[in-house]
Parts: sequence; structure tokens; C-alpha cells
Amino acid sequence: MSGERAAYREDVVPGALGGKVQALLGSGWRLALVAGHDDGDGFRVVYSFLRPVGQRRELVVRLPHDQPELPSLAGLSYPAGRFERELRDLFGIEPVGHPLPRGLVRHGHWPTTWHPMLRDAGPMPDFEPDVGSYPFVHVQGDGVYEIPVGPIHAGIIEPGHFRFSVVGETILRMKARLWFVHRGMERLFEGRLPSEAIELAERISGDTAVGHTVAFVQAVEEALGIPIDPEVAARRALLLELERLYNHVADLGMIPNDVGFGIAHIHTQRLREKLLRHNAAVTGHRLLRGGITVGDTRFVREPDLALVAGVAAEMAEIVAFTLNHSVVTDRFTGTAVLRADLGGSLGVLGYVARASGIGVDARRDHPSVDLGPDFSVVTQEGGDVLSRYAVRAGEVAVSAGILPHLAELASGGAGGERAAYPVTDGTTGGPAAGLGVVEAWRGTLCHWVELAPDGRLTRVKIVDPSFFNWPGLPVALADTIVPDFPLANKSFNQSYAGNDL
Amino acid sequence: MTALAVAWQILVAVALTPVLVGVMRQVRARLEGRVGAGVGQPWRDVRKLLAKEPLAAEGAGPLMSAVPVILVISSLVSVALVPLLGIATLAWVPDDLFVVVSVLLVGTVALALLGLESGTAFGGMGSSRHMMIAALVEPTVLVAVYALSVPVGTTALSSILQARMSDPTTVISPVSLLALVALSIVVLAETGRLPVDNPATHLELTMVHEAMILESSGRDLGWLELGSWLRLTALLGLVVNLALPWGVAADLGVGATVIATLAFSVKLLIAGSMIAAAEVFLAKVRLFRVPELLAGSFVLAFLSVTASYLLV
Repeated sequence: MSGERAAYREDVVPGALGGKVQALLGSGWRLALVAGHDDGDGFRVVYSFLRPVGQRRELVVRLPHDQPELPSLAGLSYPAGRFERELRDLFGIEPVGHPLPRGLVRHGHWPTTWHPMLRDAGPMPDFEPDVGSYPFVHVQGDGVYEIPVGPIHAGIIEPGHFRFSVVGETILRMKARLWFVHRGMERLFEGRLPSEAIELAERISGDTAVGHTVAFVQAVEEALGIPIDPEVAARRALLLELERLYNHVADLGMIPNDVGFGIAHIHTQRLREKLLRHNAAVTGHRLLRGGITVGDTRFVREPDLALVAGVAAEMAEIVAFTLNHSVVTDRFTGTAVLRADLGGSLGVLGYVARASGIGVDARRDHPSVDLGPDFSVVTQEGGDVLSRYAVRAGEVAVSAGILPHLAELASGGAGGERAAYPVTDGTTGGPAAGLGVVEAWRGTLCHWVELAPDGRLTRVKIVDPSFFNWPGLPVALADTIVPDFPLANKSFNQSYAGNDL
Repeated sequence: MTALAVAWQILVAVALTPVLVGVMRQVRARLEGRVGAGVGQPWRDVRKLLAKEPLAAEGAGPLMSAVPVILVISSLVSVALVPLLGIATLAWVPDDLFVVVSVLLVGTVALALLGLESGTAFGGMGSSRHMMIAALVEPTVLVAVYALSVPVGTTALSSILQARMSDPTTVISPVSLLALVALSIVVLAETGRLPVDNPATHLELTMVHEAMILESSGRDLGWLELGSWLRLTALLGLVVNLALPWGVAADLGVGATVIATLAFSVKLLIAGSMIAAAEVFLAKVRLFRVPELLAGSFVLAFLSVTASYLLV
């Protein structure tokens, strides 16, 4: 395993990084993850690149502890610039030449000198007054005014502050200030055995329990060299589809609800509840927790394919009557368009990308299991709310369509006689690292895991697709009117928790 | 005696209004497959709110508590003036169409000022949208009822109603139908119903009416809710009585008043249920499409006036 890995992992000196990355990005590679490491005697930064089908490259840069400076790649890749700001906040690594070197993930009330991912960072210090304040651009002009919304909202939603600069009802500029709820998630993983960390992975973002857990165990299995049976891979793929189904079904109701078409919402809530109860029957938890372990994945009860097919058929009916409603279609069409070229340079993923015609899908690009002949990547060209709605509707049908094939694969193996993964130690014989890549329901999700020789986790880097997709929202809002913002936001439906770890 | 009849009309309207809102919400809930909070919930909400102390945002002025009172008074006056139960009118306040519209406008402007009072962006946004809608609604109301007044030769609502009672064929004339359709659309817009405003939303950025009262609480909010609902009773009551003038008391006798009260309650609740049922199938139009909708209703009202001269 390690010899094979050496083929795609490469140490790079800081000076050569820019040229290497430019060459990679120019030949179809995508920057998927940047993980910082405080090794005590210096910093190590791992850049992970992906290319269809199933190709990986990793560049490792080592930096001295006393003067951690990294040449900025912000000019080559927008996501790289955001990863660099994250490194700067969490490790104090300075991106040299970054056009906008200001805080990204750090909480506004932390002391500016405190970097939580440093080994000697200690517990979180007391909050300071928000002295630096947030550098909102003050838009000036005749009749321009600002609307601040949140971070506390009228509904039960996660905290985010949105600052609109508006003329009349037209949005000139919107700035989303997120990062209010840093939980130190990556730090919590450190020192645990992988088997003890599953429960954490399941709770990174509640609605993506399967996505994060599968990515995590894939990374651990790669690091430890644990082979995976095709049945186990199929069961994981099946759980991922169940997670996609219940989330897409909920979204397909909530988007029309935001234009006052409540009847669609009521019915999708009914369907979602049906799926959640089915989830509870399959894994013992409504959000599909509990089924996935390192090296294995089990069901409490086999999935009820007829029930899921029935839900998908009803969903198709609800989608049809929603899109037949002329006012609803009018509200969806042309609202909050994310152009393909802009979406591409921002590096958006998942249904947001596919609705803008960017066909990125890890199920096809980085497959772990054969999804059968009924699988296809659903794309739309419009980039508007209607396209994001239609992509979800299409994906519900595709997910339900490939479930029988997955269920067949999943039940093919011997089943219960696998030896459990040894939860103690001594399995690696040296430091080991692995990467997990999964198409979660929001998009491609990556976990980078490093283990000490005793089998304990020394570093887990989590990249939720929301990290890539959030910047797409303000871009899509150009020429949108204020009362359409909730609709646009719901059509993106990004995770706050997965984004702010 | 007339004063007594008017007092009875106000009493009936105030008692009926929470029931109307409750029935509308319940009908919608049941049609959507929800259990619903029950017909009595709006009444319980108002009772709870009226018992609570209002809290004002820092920097908010005296309008925060003055506007709810102004709104309730304007709504009560319009409820008293519109011939809901009988066509008896007070001698010292004309139940003239223009007076009723002006009284309603006092409440509209008061609400817009309330939205600006607490100095939040939402309130101001709600006020600006509210005034945009009001500016489009008021002319239509005037023109539509004016069309109905042309055959009668007066703009007194009681006289218009009396004429329709004595000659029911005028109710289904083209003039009347056009005017009633126009009026129905503007009533929905004026009272913040779908497809113009969504009374059930929690999304501040999409709100119109709710955005203006977002900063109000306790007693103030209770009066604002009641005042807004009374406007619905007054406007919807006017439309149902113009459409179905039967049952309206022609004299001040106790028997006629009892019949009128029952007839009005049934007509109003059925009309409310129909609106609620229709709302299940409606979605909110884009804000910039609202003027198109209201312009359409103005065209209908204008056609109705034209027809009233051509088809005498």
C-alpha cells in the first residue's frame, strides 16, 4: 500500500509549489483539500488533488516553525486562497502574496494571536471584544442602504450574518459572515482510536452523517491498509443514497415553501418522515448513524426497496404539480443564476455545480462501487433556482433507481463473519495517512486522516462541499431582488456546521 | 336607536373577526393535511398578547404604542361605517365610499410609520413595500365602488347596497361582476394574503405586513393584530354584502337584526373559507409582479366604470 502511495505523493519545496500546482490545475486536476499539520519541529502542509477517474496527487510542503511562510496560490485557484486563509487562522502560517490575507474561519472574538490548531494552543481563551470588527465593504451611492440579517434568525436555522447593500429592492452586494460556531471538531478527533471517532464523524454535520462517516472510514482504511469487501462498499453506497434521498426530498418541499407554496412542503415533510422512519429501521437511527464502522458496514434490517420506490414515485408527482404551477415556475426561473464560468472558477461542487452545467460527481469520478446501468449524473444548464430544483428532482429518481442494484450487491457477501477491526494498537508499524473521497448529498466531501504508530488519530482534516459552495451564493445574487434571497439561499442550502468545524 | 344598531354592528364585527381568522387558518390547515391549532387560536393569541407588557426597541419613539391605537380606531370606524349588518347609518358620519377609504388609509399610513419607528432595516423595507401596494390598491377600491355607485347616483355605501337589495338583477350585471372581481383582488392585497403577501412566513426578507410589526410586542402587538384583522372583516364584509346583499337588515327591528347577524356571519365565514381554500393552491408572486396583478385589477375596475356608463 505504502509503495503505491509513494507514486502519487511528492515532497515539494515552497518555491516550487506554484509551478507544480499550475501544471496540475492546467491538466484537469482539482484542488480537493489542504491540510495543515503542526509536527512540533515544523509545519507540514498537504495539498491533495483529484482527477477523474479515481486519480490522486498529493504535494507535501514542509515549513520551519519559527517563520512559517507559504507562497500563496490564490492567483491560481480561488479555493486555494480560502484554504490558505484557513491555515493562517488555525496555524498562523502566513500566505505570502495573498491578495486578501484576512481572517476566514477564526471567531471574531478570539485574540488575534491565538491559533487553535497549534500543538501548544491550549484551551480556548476568554472572548475579547470584537475589536478588529468585520471588514464589510460600505457601498455608497444615492439610495443605497444596508440590511443586516442574523446571525440569529426567525426560524430554527444555524447562525450566519448576511449583510445586503441594496438599492430599492435590488441587491448590489451581499456578504455572508459565517464562522460563529467553531467547535474545534478536527482537534476533538486527535488522540482517539478510529473506532472511537466514528461517533464524532457522524456528528460533524447532522444531515451528512453518512457522507462524513464514510469519508472518514475510507481514509482510515486506506491508512491502515484494510481491504474492503464489495458488499460493504455497496452498503455504504446504499446508505449514501438514502441520505441523499431524505435530504433532497426535504429540499424539494422547502424551496417551493419559500415562495408560499406550502402544500408541496407539507407533502414532502410527510415523505421525509417516512424515509426517516425507514432509516431508523435500517441502521437504528433516523439520521442513519450507527451502521458504518471501520472495515465494515451493517444494517439492522435490510432496506425496504418498495417503500423507497413508492416515496420516489410520490416525489415525482409533487415535483410535477409544483413545476406545473405557473407562479412557482416564474419565481424559480432566472432567479439567482450562478454562471458556469464563475461557478467553475469558484470550484463549486455537488448539485450547485451540476445545476450550472458542471458535471462533477465523485460517484462517477472517484467510484468505490459499480452503481449499475441506471446511474447517471444529472445536470442542468440554467444555473438558477429552477435548475437546482430540477437537479435535485432528477437525483431523487436516479438514487431510487440504483438502489435495487446496490441492494443486490450489498446482500451478495458472506455477511456476519468478518473479523472486527482491532481497536487497540500496533496495526500500522509507522505513521500512516489516508484520504477518503465521497459524493455526499451536498457534493464531494473529503477527509484526510493521519494515524500514529499506536493506531491513534493524530490529525483529521475535514472538507465539506459547503466550504467550496458558500462563495457561490453572493456571486449568484447579482441582479437578484431582496425578497428572492431566502429562495436563492434555500436552493443552495449549504451547511454551516460542516463549513465551520 | 341608530347608534345602538351601529354599536351592535361593531360588537359583532369584533367578536366575529378572530373567528374568521381562525376559520381561515383551520381550513387551510385541514386542506393541507395538518391538524391545525383550532378555530379559537387567534382569539387566544390576542387575549394573551393584550395581557402582556410591550417591550420597545432602544430608540423607538412614542409611535410604537400610538400606532396600534390609531390602527384599531381606524379599523373600528371603518367597521362601523361599512354596511355589514344593516343599512342604517349615523347622521353625523357619512358612510360615504370616500370616507371609508380615507379612514382605512389612516390605518395604512400609521402602520407604515410604525415600520419606520424602530429604525430597523426590516421595518423600513416592509413600510416601503406596504406603501407601494397601498398606492396601487386605493385607486382600484375607489374606482370599483364608484362603478357600482354610478347606477345609484350616490357614493353612500348604504344607498348602493339598498339599491342592489331592491333590484337583485344589478348584482349579476357586467358592471357589478367586473367591479367585484377587481375589489376581491385588492382586498387580498390590502389584507396581506397570498399571492401578494404570505401571512405564514418566517422569512423576514420576504415580508410585507409582518415586517412592519416585527418590533412590536405584548399589548401593542395584540392591538395591531386585532386592528389588521378588523380591516379584513370590513373589506371582505363589504365585498360579500355587495355580491350577496340578501339578509342585510333594512330596518332597525330586533328580528331583522338577528337575521342580518346570522346571515352576515355565514356569508363572511364562507367567503373566508373560500379564500383559505384558494390559498392552498396559490404561491406568492415575485414582488415586482405585484404591480402587474394590481394593475390588472385596476383595469377591471376601470372597464367596470366604462360599462356602467355604456350599459345603463
